[in-house]
Amino acid sequence: MSSGYLLTILIFTAMYISLALSLNILTGFAGQVSLGHAAFLGIGAYTSAILTARYEYPFWLAFLAAIIITGIIGTFLGLPSLRVRHDFLVLATMGINFVVVSIFKYVDFFGGAMGLVNIPAPTLFGITFRGGVPYLLLTAGYAAFTLLICWYLSKTWSGLAFQTIRNDEDAAASLGVNPARYKIYAFGISAALAGGVGSLYAHFLGSVFPDNFVFVESIGIMSMVIFGGIGTLRGPIIGAILLRLIPEWLRFIQDYRFTFYGALLVLMMLFQPMGLLGNESWLWRQLTRLFRATSKVKEEVQG
Amino acid sequence: MSQLEIRSVSHWFGGLQALRDVTFSTSDEILGLIGPNGAGKTTLFNVISGFIVPTRGEVLLNGKAIHRLRADQTIRLGLARTFQIVKPFATLTVEENVLAGLGTPYYPKAEALYKIYRTRENLEKIEQMLEKVHLSEYRFSPAAKLPIGLQRRLEIARALATHPKVLLLDEPAAGLVAQEAEELADLIRDLHSQGIHIILIEHNMRFAMNLCQRIVVLAQGEIIAEGVPAEIQNNEKVINAYLGQE
Repeated sequence: MSSGYLLTILIFTAMYISLALSLNILTGFAGQVSLGHAAFLGIGAYTSAILTARYEYPFWLAFLAAIIITGIIGTFLGLPSLRVRHDFLVLATMGINFVVVSIFKYVDFFGGAMGLVNIPAPTLFGITFRGGVPYLLLTAGYAAFTLLICWYLSKTWSGLAFQTIRNDEDAAASLGVNPARYKIYAFGISAALAGGVGSLYAHFLGSVFPDNFVFVESIGIMSMVIFGGIGTLRGPIIGAILLRLIPEWLRFIQDYRFTFYGALLVLMMLFQPMGLLGNESWLWRQLTRLFRATSKVKEEVQG
Repeated sequence: MSQLEIRSVSHWFGGLQALRDVTFSTSDEILGLIGPNGAGKTTLFNVISGFIVPTRGEVLLNGKAIHRLRADQTIRLGLARTFQIVKPFATLTVEENVLAGLGTPYYPKAEALYKIYRTRENLEKIEQMLEKVHLSEYRFSPAAKLPIGLQRRLEIARALATHPKVLLLDEPAAGLVAQEAEELADLIRDLHSQGIHIILIEHNMRFAMNLCQRIVVLAQGEIIAEGVPAEIQNNEKVINAYLGQE
């Protein structure tokens, strides 16, 4: 495996960690199951691509615009969640994904099926990030930023409010949480963070096509969140790493990647619905038990 | 001091009339709301707490109309409630459930997005509240793992954390054994002595009669009697309503 190839895999892994973490805010924290997350990735990618390739704005401005514009659009696309719950919301978010991809495909402004090409490599502080290690640092930095946001958010009153609406909207309302407001927050924040990944994605590939952001991509991102452990911070990270890397290690399943994801999802739902490292999962229980045992031994040794 | 007035409240669910011209007022007491199944008690609670906008009539809290407010708005006026079918936040610990109740003033503000909830001050408040309802030893247990009786107490603790002036309890004694029910009655009296206005729905007659200072009886959406427990116990209409006679 060439080092360039390895770096590409790692760059994608870093981007998917951010994506999985951003979806986890919406689905894991706030309990709003969305199968349209790739649409937000696409909106960010197209925003950044159009601003830089067509209007020659600098990368950093396009990157910020991708975050903000995707956040705003995500907020509006979150409005259906105020009227529908559970499985109907899943269908609505799927619909959003199809609509967004169709707009990319059939509206000339977005380049149609031929997509947008010649997206410049990002330049920051006079340094051009053209693939390789610098780009890995950029995407890993963004993943760290996303993690920081998620971690901080989970400590705030709004983080707690998300948990309450995930558990029971009526009980949440009885404590003063307006479920509508918090769902919109979750959609907005989740979309904004995914929009940032979209920008990095577009500038890394140098071209974007509607087919990059189709529904199966959304399924892939959701698989990472569920596989790793929904609602936790570690889960989506582990999920993104494993589901990006396993198909690379086992080359023979590369062509059947989505078959593999699908089968894995079914198995997880059956045997470990909390995911590999979710709070009530088998592996996590073993790990915490082991950790407790070792710290006890340490205490005894020191005591 | 809190006064709650229900004025000519009627509510229909499609063709079914759940409440018929219900009118009463209550201030700073322990008021019991009783009646056979389907009498409209929980519907009335849903109207008062903002989960249902009544088809007709109005609800006033200290003279202010509240029947068009949402649940997350009435709570900020000091009107807290529990649910007939307990709704603890199952994935959160007991401590986090009660902490969620402390957030009431923050949730509508932008500062909710950056203010940390787990502060030492808040944790100390939680400790006191859990002691009050005898849940201290379960502080770190997931709410889902508590038996039903403790979940009911947790819901009361969570409601208390919002610092209510009025507390609506929907069948707080349901599913409790006698000993637990007595402890609960003591807790409710204690809360009332601290100035909280209590309104409770109850099916357990002995519990309601012993605890409440005044009782309102609903049957088929209508008030059929109102008075002190002794009067209610001997009221013919009430007896008939419960025994199903015409």
